[in-house]
Amino acid sequence: MSKPARKRLSVVGLTGLTALTLAACGGGDPSSAGSDGAADAIAVAATDDACDVASSDLEAGVHQFTVTNTGSKVTEFYVYADGDRVMGEVENIAPGVARELRVELPAGDYETACKPGMVGDGIRTALTVTGEAATLDQDATLAQAGTDYQRYVQSQTGALVEQTTAFVDAVKAGDIAGAKALFPVARTYWERIEPVAESFGDLDPVIDGREGDQAEGEDFTGFHRIEKALWETGDVSDMGPYADQLLTDVQEIATRSNDVQLSPLQLANGAKGLLDEIATGKITGEEDRYSHTDLWDFAANLEGSEAAVQALRPYLEEADPELVGEIDDRFAATEAELEQHRAGDGWQSYDQLTDDQLRGLSDSITALTESVSQVASVVAGK
Amino acid sequence: MSSDGLSRRRFFGLAGAGTAGVLAAGAAGGVIGRATAEEPATAAVAATDAVPFSGAHQAGIVTPAQDRLHFVAFDVITDDRAELVEMLQAWTAAARRMTAGQDAGEVGAVDGGQYDVPDDTGEALGLPASGLTLTVGFGPTLFSTADGVDRFGLAARRPEPLTELPGFPGDAIDPAISGGDLCVQACANDPQVAVHAVRNLVRLGAGVVSVRWSQLGFGRTSSTSSAQATPRNLFGFKDGTDNLKAEAPKALDQFVWVADGDPGADWLAGGSYVVTRRIRMRIEPWDTSTLAEQEATIGRTKKAGAPLGQRGEFDPVDFTTQVDGEFAVPQTSHVFLAHPTNSGTAILRRGYSFVDGSDGLGRLDAGLFFIAYQRDPGTGFVQVQKNLRMDAMNEYIQHTSSAVFACPPGVTGDDDWWGRALFS
Repeated sequence: MSKPARKRLSVVGLTGLTALTLAACGGGDPSSAGSDGAADAIAVAATDDACDVASSDLEAGVHQFTVTNTGSKVTEFYVYADGDRVMGEVENIAPGVARELRVELPAGDYETACKPGMVGDGIRTALTVTGEAATLDQDATLAQAGTDYQRYVQSQTGALVEQTTAFVDAVKAGDIAGAKALFPVARTYWERIEPVAESFGDLDPVIDGREGDQAEGEDFTGFHRIEKALWETGDVSDMGPYADQLLTDVQEIATRSNDVQLSPLQLANGAKGLLDEIATGKITGEEDRYSHTDLWDFAANLEGSEAAVQALRPYLEEADPELVGEIDDRFAATEAELEQHRAGDGWQSYDQLTDDQLRGLSDSITALTESVSQVASVVAGK
Repeated sequence: MSSDGLSRRRFFGLAGAGTAGVLAAGAAGGVIGRATAEEPATAAVAATDAVPFSGAHQAGIVTPAQDRLHFVAFDVITDDRAELVEMLQAWTAAARRMTAGQDAGEVGAVDGGQYDVPDDTGEALGLPASGLTLTVGFGPTLFSTADGVDRFGLAARRPEPLTELPGFPGDAIDPAISGGDLCVQACANDPQVAVHAVRNLVRLGAGVVSVRWSQLGFGRTSSTSSAQATPRNLFGFKDGTDNLKAEAPKALDQFVWVADGDPGADWLAGGSYVVTRRIRMRIEPWDTSTLAEQEATIGRTKKAGAPLGQRGEFDPVDFTTQVDGEFAVPQTSHVFLAHPTNSGTAILRRGYSFVDGSDGLGRLDAGLFFIAYQRDPGTGFVQVQKNLRMDAMNEYIQHTSSAVFACPPGVTGDDDWWGRALFS
């Protein structure tokens, strides 16, 4: 198992809030942003106990970090703004591999972090960025949110296809243990962007439908069909066609999702919708009824919700800073509640949780949902 | 029990015949007897009217018992005193509005923007205030947790009588539906109004409190005013005939309201303690028992509610009356043992019938959600209940939950809030 669901918001390769300045400079895809002033690559030497960043002072603008993992554990690299707001992240950096992260940083104080083993707060280093901070008016800030979130979705669909491919390969090879380990990993990327994926009403049921939800004459397919075979019978010899179809459908939804740009209101509703997913499907153990890997999905939904809120954050910080503070506190409280159930690189099995523990998780989600539900009103331009 | 051979006809025939006087009325009984008769009934109000929220005492205690109940107990899930205070203030504001028949929030269920989350859930739109009362209480665990942790700096302010109730013989208490750091008793003449109130308070408490348990009640089982007819409980008997009532302020002062000089009076004077017990009735055995057995168990007639040996519901209970050499009101009957004369105290009962569906064996999961208010639980409910060890009714009931809360006095002005004196 190489990819745990993580505590923090994932904004893979996303320039985050600061893509704003790109727009101000006339837009442009950050992957070809050399002309926008991308600085030279900044080397990051990551090991199991060190995270050496070549520069601790930068000019405001787009920067590229090249993270080389010479340790023995899979690692991640983050750039955090105040309050551990993720400005950029690259994940799943295997030992011996180098990965790149492009991120635009306005003037301010940041921290970089490597996370060997992909858990905990990571190895932190201060990073100071000087220069002029770009400012946008509120409308432009809001308009940028959809673009930022689209980049997040793209980063997730890439990983979704990658991990689903690995899962499908394991199923077809009859590698039960390997497939079981990859099942919650592949689903993590699905669950993070579920509101977007669910907007494709024809594909969601065949990818993520649960047994018994099919219309008469429809076959039970997708992740949960294979989950049932893996955990109930341990026999996946007849799962080949389902595995192939799953990958085809996931590739299709990834392609379609990449073109989706959500309005601020859709983002707000999506952030809340992901929390509702937790309350109705994960707290109850209904989602992964055979594997009991529900907490992986819980974590992924939570990260996805936070990502949607983060995309709106520059606007929200202007429009309703008090609400932002409350949302931050409640995301942190929910994450702390969830963190108690971490097991190794992943999460405890749902059926190991006591009623009291479930209630703790439920209470934290209830509170968070009350706060996140207020976002729609704020972005609707009151 | 030993009363199988008695019949109602014989009661009527021999009423008042025996006056052996073995049981002289105790001092408490004498006081109550005088006190409960001292004032005329207050004027009845319409079931749809609003009950004033502010006052020296919280509404919902001596307020004439409404028909419907939604009782809810909460655990406080934050350790932040300021958050708790803020919630109590928000609760008070919402309670003030809802008891006046208004929406929970200032904007309302349907008057906000299309993309606002409504600050009221809306199911009470168009419904009158319906006599809604919301009564708050603070449990022992608010002051210090079961592990002795003083989360809110309140441990020193816990009045000594506010302590978990002792166990009683025959109890089958389920901790999951017992106790709690806070409670709210919502009573109304329309069940939807009561449920709406609780639902909106729960929403306002998100992140601060978590519902620990809740109980719906569908029919009052007590009168708390002499203006009210005595209702019947699920045993089919009139209940609450000799209850403490609003028209007897001296008895209320003696037995219900915490007074200056009592423990915790600095914040609790004018308040009261509420004890709740979910009492499951063994409906099927009861329904197949003879009328004589039922009447001997209760100590009253089923039709009129008269004390055995008497004719009318409000005829004085005379424990000295004998029939054929036996006491007309059997010494193991509920009335005999629970009556102030023999328990030496009095409590204000305000319970509700409940039916929580069936129990999986085809039997009604039903009974009486007992609520009682008193000046001190130790000399109130606990004293009464200790006296019920030999109660013939025990054969037909089982207590399945237990809780106790201290209910602060009423809020007095528009800026006052539930618990202000405690948290000041």
